Amino acid sequence: MKQQLKDEGLRSDLMSNDNLRRESEELLKPILEAIRKGNFTDINASEYDKVNEVLAGISLSRAANGFSPRETAYFVLSLKEAFIAILEKNITDAKDLYTEVNKINKLIDTLTLVTFETFIKGREEVILRQTSEISEISTPVIQVWSGILALPIIGTLDSARTQVVMESLLLKIVETESTIAILDISGVPAVDSLVAQHLIKTVAATRLMGAECIISGIRPEIAQTIVHLGIDLSNINTKASLAHALRSAFSQLKLEVRKSADFNKLSA
Amino acid sequence: MDKIPILKMGHFLLVTVQVDLYDRLALGLESDLVNMIRKHSSRGVLIDISAVNIVDSFMGRILGNIAQMSKILDANTVVVGMQPAVAITLIELGLPMTGVHTALNVEKGMEMLREKLLLTEDLISEDGDSY
Amino acid sequence: MIVINQETISIKTDQDTVFLRNRVSEYAGKIKMGLVNQTKLLTASSELVRNMLRYGGGGTVLCEIVSQSVLQKGIRLTFNDKGPGIPNIEQAMKDGFSTGKSLGLGLPGAKRLVNLFEIRSQVGEGTSITILKWING
Repeated sequence: MKQQLKDEGLRSDLMSNDNLRRESEELLKPILEAIRKGNFTDINASEYDKVNEVLAGISLSRAANGFSPRETAYFVLSLKEAFIAILEKNITDAKDLYTEVNKINKLIDTLTLVTFETFIKGREEVILRQTSEISEISTPVIQVWSGILALPIIGTLDSARTQVVMESLLLKIVETESTIAILDISGVPAVDSLVAQHLIKTVAATRLMGAECIISGIRPEIAQTIVHLGIDLSNINTKASLAHALRSAFSQLKLEVRKSADFNKLSA
Repeated sequence: MDKIPILKMGHFLLVTVQVDLYDRLALGLESDLVNMIRKHSSRGVLIDISAVNIVDSFMGRILGNIAQMSKILDANTVVVGMQPAVAITLIELGLPMTGVHTALNVEKGMEMLREKLLLTEDLISEDGDSY
Repeated sequence: MIVINQETISIKTDQDTVFLRNRVSEYAGKIKMGLVNQTKLLTASSELVRNMLRYGGGGTVLCEIVSQSVLQKGIRLTFNDKGPGIPNIEQAMKDGFSTGKSLGLGLPGAKRLVNLFEIRSQVGEGTSITILKWING
């Protein structure tokens, strides 16, 4: 039985493309080896380690080359037909045939599922990577004046983002020895209790670094929501716009902005 | 037995924490500090934690204790040089840190202590004593 | 979840806690965990190991590097002691509750700093606390 499956390695390949042939052989070899060791069912056992490795490789490379998960699955499923064809030729007893065909069915089905899982994991990894990249790009900390930092926060503020914001802000405070940080949230679409919590934590962390926060860009609807939600922002400095916050910051640092004297008058 | 060194800087005392504050060391620091405050009539204590990578609730409690003890002896306490990662962790940990003032570094910490002193001297002069 | 690395560290004295901290730091560096997450993990670990020494009479810490996928790796620490155990876990997990003179922030605080937190305790037998921190928090 196992002997015949070995011959199978060369015949099941009905596809013309060289790569396809190579891929099939690559996949068949470890499967045959595992079957030879007697394991038809447990694909998590060590006999199937090589199989899983090859499957994952095929799944990922196909995904990278634009194959849909369905096409990759069909590739693996096609092995069924090949195996069953051989079994049909070599087993005459119907009941035996049924048992063996079932074994192969279950095995190939499980292996097909593995290709799907690998595909999905691959996608998840791309998403994870992109998410972290986005986090990094979208939280600039700008020094608008000596001692004053401004952070325009754009997009949703979840806990992962908050950590990135806090880290960038605090590092910049150390670097510039700033004492005032203006957090502008006009680019934050919704402020609920969780977002408010994140903001409060950021303000608290900034205080531990010896600096003060001013939160600006609070839209009227947000002010309403905050009060309705019972969030207490009483010990946080808030201003309607970044311009107002900047004026307040200058005042806190005892800085004045004046129009320069008229040149004509000077030269007189 | 290690001791954490305390330096006298004018009216203030400077403590630089560079090692792990295990129990005995922390208690030793508390008693050394209060003794030195009394001895030099210090009006301020600066605790430099810029070399401290981890501040857990035990260390937080010690800092709080030091702030309270010093206050009783008429000295203000400022913790300086907190690392950003430590600040973020402390907030997440939920450590209250009430009564503990913080500043970015030793210079800003001294500035803060001086300002606080000026405030209290102003109050005294309001009572009628002229300067 | 696959366990990539495993090590048990025994905690009997304050010195051992320093060794534990350095080890965990090493692991964190190996899987390239960011500084903030590393600090959170080490701080949580500091809370738990302090409890273990103070109330549990010392014990062991099982340190593992785990992996859930190619990008998602983490560090899992299990603190085991054969101390008196915690009679009321729910109470112990509330902020401010303390049987000693501490701030009572150790257990609930540690929980806030990590991604997964499991606690099992039997009075008279001991306590086991498992925490896990992923590299991206």
